[in-house]
Amino acid sequence: MKHFRLTTFMLWAGLLFIYAPMLILVIYSFNASKLVTVWGGWSVKWYAGLLDNRQLMGAVMRSLEIACYTAIAAVVLGTMAAFVLTRIPQFRGRTLFGGLVTAPLVMPEVITGLSLLLLFVAMAQLIGWPQERGIVTIWIAHTTFCASYVAIVVSARLRELDLSIEEAAMDLGARPWKVFLLITIPMIAPSLAAGGMMSFALSLDDLVLASFVSGPGSTTLPMEVFSAVRLGVKPEINAVASLILLVVSIFTFFAWFFARRAEEKRKRAIQQAMEAETGGQSWRPQPAPVSPPSQG
Amino acid sequence: MSKLTNPLNDRGIVVVAAALVIIGAVTLLNLIGPAGTFWQALGLSINQICTLLVVLATVAAVYVGVALLFSRFSHLNPGRAAVVSGPFLWLFLFFLLPFFIVLKISFAEADVAIPPYTEIYSYAEQKLEIILNLGNYLFLTEDELYLAAYLGSLKMAAISTIVCLLIGYPMAYAMARAKKESQTTLLLLIMMPTWTAILIRVYAWMGILSNNGLLNGFLLDIGLIDTPLQILNTNLAVYIGVVYSYLPFMILPLFANLVKHDNSLLEAASDLGSSNLNNFWKITVPLSKNGIIAGSMLVFIPVVGEFVIPELLGGPETLMIGKVLWQEFFNNRDWPVASALAVVMLAILIVPIILFNRNQAKELEGKA
Repeated sequence: MKHFRLTTFMLWAGLLFIYAPMLILVIYSFNASKLVTVWGGWSVKWYAGLLDNRQLMGAVMRSLEIACYTAIAAVVLGTMAAFVLTRIPQFRGRTLFGGLVTAPLVMPEVITGLSLLLLFVAMAQLIGWPQERGIVTIWIAHTTFCASYVAIVVSARLRELDLSIEEAAMDLGARPWKVFLLITIPMIAPSLAAGGMMSFALSLDDLVLASFVSGPGSTTLPMEVFSAVRLGVKPEINAVASLILLVVSIFTFFAWFFARRAEEKRKRAIQQAMEAETGGQSWRPQPAPVSPPSQG
Repeated sequence: MSKLTNPLNDRGIVVVAAALVIIGAVTLLNLIGPAGTFWQALGLSINQICTLLVVLATVAAVYVGVALLFSRFSHLNPGRAAVVSGPFLWLFLFFLLPFFIVLKISFAEADVAIPPYTEIYSYAEQKLEIILNLGNYLFLTEDELYLAAYLGSLKMAAISTIVCLLIGYPMAYAMARAKKESQTTLLLLIMMPTWTAILIRVYAWMGILSNNGLLNGFLLDIGLIDTPLQILNTNLAVYIGVVYSYLPFMILPLFANLVKHDNSLLEAASDLGSSNLNNFWKITVPLSKNGIIAGSMLVFIPVVGEFVIPELLGGPETLMIGKVLWQEFFNNRDWPVASALAVVMLAILIVPIILFNRNQAKELEGKA
């Protein structure tokens, strides 16, 4: 099969295209030379220099704080939205609701940022809040678009769940919220973790929204990096960028790891259940196993 | 057995009472006992705590009120209505409502004030006056810069989407046909960049493409060119940056679609004498229509409003609307013109956005 080989080649070439620039960036962050394009031997002095940069460290702490709040709020809101999308099939206004959940995924950031800022300004005039823009307004902006990502991730998981467990609990007299807390939440926990980490990473990365809705004195890390990058490539920025890459890769890896472990556990459980069932009396048709993707 | 959830059942009353007791105790302790020092250590005065409590109570009251109203409107029971109204309220307040404010301010006039625009309505001497200033929109049509920026953005987005599709489709296809074990790893490799700042990834290209950068150094070394090529600060650099940054967003939905395909269709077609290429065009591509739409929209729509990439990689010839809007807002401080630019951009993008939402809704509900 000829185009099978061609596509495999494209895949590896594409991955090289995606990762080579980042790899080069990381390698050059260890460059001892002040000139970013000349290799002057290995050194970690740019990393050491970062710790003395008080302004940058302040921005880092602020970004981490916002990212934490964002992750928590986005998981709560996103899970609620995902629950609505998967478990409440019909109500008036559902189309609008679905649109509001998915639109932030594609909406250009300059539009969202500008509109949120104008909202905050209008609110400050009307009800006197927010008096000054800062961590809270950035948190609101980030939560809004991260919740959409969480909703997509979690609703994919909620759809796969076997509804019969929840129905059994309801039949036994459990209240809906109890079913949700004791049965649904533990079963979707891995995707909640994945969604939370995704929100953390997205919030840590955002430049445009934060630039619009932040006030004086509340610069975040990407804003700090951007104002330096505008002036050109610098070794210190290489070091900061590499550290951000490292943090994001760790988060991605853990999110992937949790999702994968949960998937394996689930498969094992299904397998055990099926074995137990075929051993004993099978009183109902077995659930159709998920068809494995075809091998080329 | 389904029972309507009464919002104020016995347990609800207990919870509310317990909350009131805790709040009261904290307030009292704060006034007299050593706990006051605890709050002071946190940097909160009694006034701030009281304000906070009032705000929290107001938010809770609004939430309950909206949930009850919504339950009447949507014919859901109060418990479910409460779940719906949480995200609904948030997204309405912080996503939908702001667009109307943008629309309003696009009809205002720029003013030297805080905030820097005039109010569009006034009420004096029993006359309500609403002044819609169309000047901002006329201004957009008068200056050719804006038209060129819109066209530039659309061209950039269209070409990048096609290039992403041409590169991304074979990659997604290869992933979907890879072994199950390697699929999760490949998926991780594609997903990781989408979580990394576009800023960082674009910055990486600045070092590679600049006049004394790695690419020019390499080409000079192997003797292919004599003088450095000017790539950074041209449209070519923006194309490279956009394709590079948005490629994963094209691959992920395509992969999600392709991996679900049933191979027996292809086998049946082959048995009937169809060639591989024919199979691909007649079966695989039509079946992956939804993935192609989702991926293309995930690239096209955000690229139209892209700011970071044209700002860092583009040059004076790069006219894109995201950059122009940013400059109007931050450099010229002309909020009404920036709003008008945003409104027109949204009007251009509304069709693709609705297309994307329909597509997502189908994906979300199709398998329920």
